[in-house]
Amino acid sequence: MTTTELPTTELPTTELPTTGSLRIRSRWSPYVTTGRYVVLFALVCVFLIPVYVLLVTAFKDPSQVSPSRMWQLPDSLSLDTFRTVWPKLNHGLRNSLLMAVPAALISSLLGAANGFVLSKWRFPGDDIVFPLILFGMFIPYQAILIPMRQLLTEWHLIGGLNGLILVHIIYGLPITTLIFRSYFAGISDELIDASQVDGAGMLRTFAYVALPIAIPAFAVSVIWQFTSAWNDFLFGLVITNPSSAPVTVALNNVAGGQVVPYHEAMASALVASIPTLLVYILMGRFFMRGLMAGALKG
Amino acid sequence: MYRLRRWGPGLLLISPTLIILAIFVYGFLARNIQVSLSNWRGLTARYDYVGFDYYTRLFHDTRFTQDVKNLTVFTLIFVFGALIFGFCLALLLERGVRAEGLFRGIFLFPMAISFIATAVVWRWLMSNATGSQETGLNKLFKSMGLGFLANDWFKTDSVWAMGAVALAAGWALVGYIMALFLAGMRGVSDDLREAARVDGANEVRVFWYVVRPMLWPVVMAAIVILAHISLKTFDLIYAMDPKSRKIETPALYMWFTTFDGFFFSRGAAIATLLVLGIAVVIVPYIWYTMRLERRK
Repeated sequence: MTTTELPTTELPTTELPTTGSLRIRSRWSPYVTTGRYVVLFALVCVFLIPVYVLLVTAFKDPSQVSPSRMWQLPDSLSLDTFRTVWPKLNHGLRNSLLMAVPAALISSLLGAANGFVLSKWRFPGDDIVFPLILFGMFIPYQAILIPMRQLLTEWHLIGGLNGLILVHIIYGLPITTLIFRSYFAGISDELIDASQVDGAGMLRTFAYVALPIAIPAFAVSVIWQFTSAWNDFLFGLVITNPSSAPVTVALNNVAGGQVVPYHEAMASALVASIPTLLVYILMGRFFMRGLMAGALKG
Repeated sequence: MYRLRRWGPGLLLISPTLIILAIFVYGFLARNIQVSLSNWRGLTARYDYVGFDYYTRLFHDTRFTQDVKNLTVFTLIFVFGALIFGFCLALLLERGVRAEGLFRGIFLFPMAISFIATAVVWRWLMSNATGSQETGLNKLFKSMGLGFLANDWFKTDSVWAMGAVALAAGWALVGYIMALFLAGMRGVSDDLREAARVDGANEVRVFWYVVRPMLWPVVMAAIVILAHISLKTFDLIYAMDPKSRKIETPALYMWFTTFDGFFFSRGAAIATLLVLGIAVVIVPYIWYTMRLERRK
């Protein structure tokens, strides 16, 4: 199964077996293996440079921070910088949490309904409807900002959190639909048919048969949507005011100016990233599946 | 009546989404085009039709043409850079190394954090300050005796300023491309490889003649994904150096001209061109994917 097509059997797994049981070992292979580890290790070191700089700077005592000492390890760990930036970010963190959780849940629920219908029910035009939904995932949001802002102004949803939740629900629908459609396509039709024979209508089949077995897809979808909503910046910039701004906007306000002490910028970046990093570390498997489902997406 | 009973519940379930997307995606896209064909400047909306005025003016607007050049440089470096490095990482991991999950987890973690956080860190790494204020990668290069590598990064006057942005963007996306390639390589069935080995092919040949031809769909998907991200990229550049023309792209020009300058029609025209640019890569991709799926 490749990831470039919509997976029809199941969500692509990352735990694919490694290849080669009957490999013919050449006499160079020990060197090749060692070389591979050396190169990989070197690449990891280069790749983690931003992380190193962020950590050593954020945990340094503010008095020790200077441009020339950027690369040095801190003499002692200090949380002072975090105490300084916390009051500037805590509102943003709260707003992001209050926004991303409901947006992810509602978007996933609607996506489940769509995915179920699009994978198990044929109706006239269904082969046009799905690509049309998918296209919504790729559009540059610049192209809908002007009408969106107008409509939300009319609905008095500019400046608050509700408007932001609404747009994250809406523009999350294509990817959640895609995730559930792929998942339900891998569930055998017999299960669905059996419940129909038992006399359940489609809505009941959806609620009592399909939804309960779609828990894994829910995890993928909710995690993906939570991460996207949390990391979004553009919608937050257009829709919210300073008191309802999500954490990305707050972070940019703290770290965006040229005069900001850079240890504060680094500490803020870390604080703003912790929730999604936790999700990634604890539920990386589901995150990966979302990523792969989105291979028809960016 | 029978048909309605058959389709009804399904349509009922899916109709909220259809209505919402009809308005918020297609209705809005249409409205945006309408705005781009009007002469709306200032705070009050105006829809007087002026034709393609704003489009023709954009092509003579040096700021816009410069932005397009910047975007082209960015796209080329970002797409090919991420593609090559992502491929190499997948190649290194493909044959099974110890702690593979850890390596993968490290290369992929930037996908979990925001472009804003990425930009905040990279902005300091790519500082071009000199003297006692010298810091970041320039400082590191000098202390390692590689002073000749020190440069002005995204503040340089040359066209390479976009390369610095592409470096940060590539850092964020390379793990994704690695994961795509890895899944593609592992999707090649073992039987095929074994057959080639039995025929006497060594590992290099197995890769070249068996695995490589099957990776083209992955390459195509990766290019489409990266190219469309590069056209959309906004946060990363906005957080790095928002008002710098050196790294401005049409996506940022649209933002500033619309919401700072209130040139709504001009902003809408830029946005429409962005949609067209993205549709050129995305529509064939969706079409191809759906056709592939139907064949199964």
